[in-house]
Amino acid sequence: MDDQILSQLSQYIATQIIKQPARTISPTEPLISNGLVDSFSLVDLALYIEDRYGVIIDDTELNKETFDSLAQLTELIRSRMG
Amino acid sequence: MAGQNTASLIVQAGWEAPDQVIVHLLQSQGSDQAITYRELIRNAAGIASALKNAAIHPGEVVILLLNHERDLLFSFFGAVLSGAIPSIMPYLTEKLSPDHYRQSLTALFNTTHPAAVITYPDFVAEVEMAATTAPSLRAILVSDTIRAIDPTEIDELPGLQCSPDQIVLLQHSSGSTGLQKGVALSHQSLINHLDSYRRAIRLDTSDVIVSWLPLYHDMGLIAGFLLPILTRTALVLMSPFDWVRAPYKLMQAVSHYHGTLTWLPNFAYNFCAQKVRMNLLEGVDLSSWRAVINCSEPIHWKSHQLFLDRFAPYGMSTRALATSYAMAENVFAVTQGGIENPVGNETIDARTFQSEKFAQPSAHSDGTIRMVSSGRAIDHTRVRVIDVQGNPLPDRHLGEIAIQSNSLLSSYYNRPDLTEKAFLHDWYLTGDLGYLAEGELYVTGRKKDLIIVGGKNIYPQDLERLAEEVPGVHPGRVVALGVFNELTGTEDVVLLAEVDAENDGERLRIADQIRNQVTHNSDIALRYVEVLQRGWLLKTSSGKIARSANRDKYLSEINGQFSE
Repeated sequence: MDDQILSQLSQYIATQIIKQPARTISPTEPLISNGLVDSFSLVDLALYIEDRYGVIIDDTELNKETFDSLAQLTELIRSRMG
Repeated sequence: MAGQNTASLIVQAGWEAPDQVIVHLLQSQGSDQAITYRELIRNAAGIASALKNAAIHPGEVVILLLNHERDLLFSFFGAVLSGAIPSIMPYLTEKLSPDHYRQSLTALFNTTHPAAVITYPDFVAEVEMAATTAPSLRAILVSDTIRAIDPTEIDELPGLQCSPDQIVLLQHSSGSTGLQKGVALSHQSLINHLDSYRRAIRLDTSDVIVSWLPLYHDMGLIAGFLLPILTRTALVLMSPFDWVRAPYKLMQAVSHYHGTLTWLPNFAYNFCAQKVRMNLLEGVDLSSWRAVINCSEPIHWKSHQLFLDRFAPYGMSTRALATSYAMAENVFAVTQGGIENPVGNETIDARTFQSEKFAQPSAHSDGTIRMVSSGRAIDHTRVRVIDVQGNPLPDRHLGEIAIQSNSLLSSYYNRPDLTEKAFLHDWYLTGDLGYLAEGELYVTGRKKDLIIVGGKNIYPQDLERLAEEVPGVHPGRVVALGVFNELTGTEDVVLLAEVDAENDGERLRIADQIRNQVTHNSDIALRYVEVLQRGWLLKTSSGKIARSANRDKYLSEINGQFSE
């Protein structure tokens, strides 16, 4: 399950945000502090997660303190999926 | 406002309307903060006193390195009251490398020779490191240690003595190139401008301005900060960092405070239309909005339509769509449209426009371009379109936009060379291209290679220099471009770089490093990185890389979405 979320998120970021479909994003790679997900794309990521997993990430949580890697983001989604 | 300066305007407001709430400052969490003139003046006086105690003299530059919060508002006016020249520099964001930020600071220090910096306690060490080569810097003040005082506790506020032609503020655009060009504005220019612009937008004291714009940019600093505060018009202010994560908060704020005026760069129309969820707009009423003014990047008809389609169901009026052509060098606005009459627009023939540089209105739907007017020159500002020799062109002929006004910059600070180059026969050369039609200005592009992304001006050479630092990239074989993206309503930044590596993994690694390097060390995030074989990029006869030729080649060979 986690692996599936990880790969879906990786694919979403590679194709929709950084426009490099061939790129895989490793679970520990920094997303926000590395600028892979820029500030204009954070809200897209949150909307995608809401649509896909029914999990709400509040706008005040869109920062590297809450999540800065796919592993952390997946963990956050899992914990809210109940 | 004749005979006054910026300090006297704010002090007078404090005397006459001490209890008026002038700023509602929205917080990312918790309730909004209401700031009265009294509170603003008392805190600004505290800053002015601290500057005085640090022996900072009138006319010296004070750099403000603060987030969008109370301290920044107070520090700006504190510097003004002390007669010093405030300049707001963007605060470090989470994606920026601290090394790069320090370099930018050093570059800024080297051009502006600041006497003081106001920042947060945990940033003092950073400033000290950046300041090792800046002997002018005598004081680093820590914002939260400064006590608010009554202005009468200081024997004098030197800002009140500033003559109208003295510099009131500096405004920079970003990047190593932008930091060299600090736009220096005089008290007189600022006051003249506020006077003309308030008439252009029919501003009155019942207006409520709602803004999320950064204060280090002219649109935010003037329209979303100084205009309301100095004209006693209520301001509802949110941080750009909060807005970009929660664009719906703009609509909620307009609804809650009955906002009447908002300025937005073009991309924000698309951003708001696409990224605001319906459930967050429940009960929102946008009928108070009388003008949403599009400026600071090229205006697109479709962006207005997207915005209107999305927000008309919440009461937004078609008449609220407005436009302006603005630049820091004229304080802010040059033209204004959409206030008394609907925003002008027309359809012109694409071929005549491209081959003959003439805007021929066309009734056809094919082979045409939809143009949106930026409106008419505001009072005391003249707009001309000129040819390469500087001769004025007749209506509908495409040329460079030149302006004259009573609110132009005094200089690019400490750069007389750049100032001189910017003028021709007393006309300021904007570097933008456009045409006039019966007094309406249509802006069509720009002469200089400048990328405008999300309302920010980015110099391609700054990005190219960064990419060249990546091992495996050929120095001098890199091009940065802006390509308009209809979906986002702004330009995507594309970086083309020649490399020798043939292995796919190696090429991907270089592309990644370029993305990393540029994103960490500039204000933008790269959208597309194209790693190319040696010899792909076109050169001019003199051996230089030609940006526009490579742009065309990229669009036809790689991007494949060449519209128009």
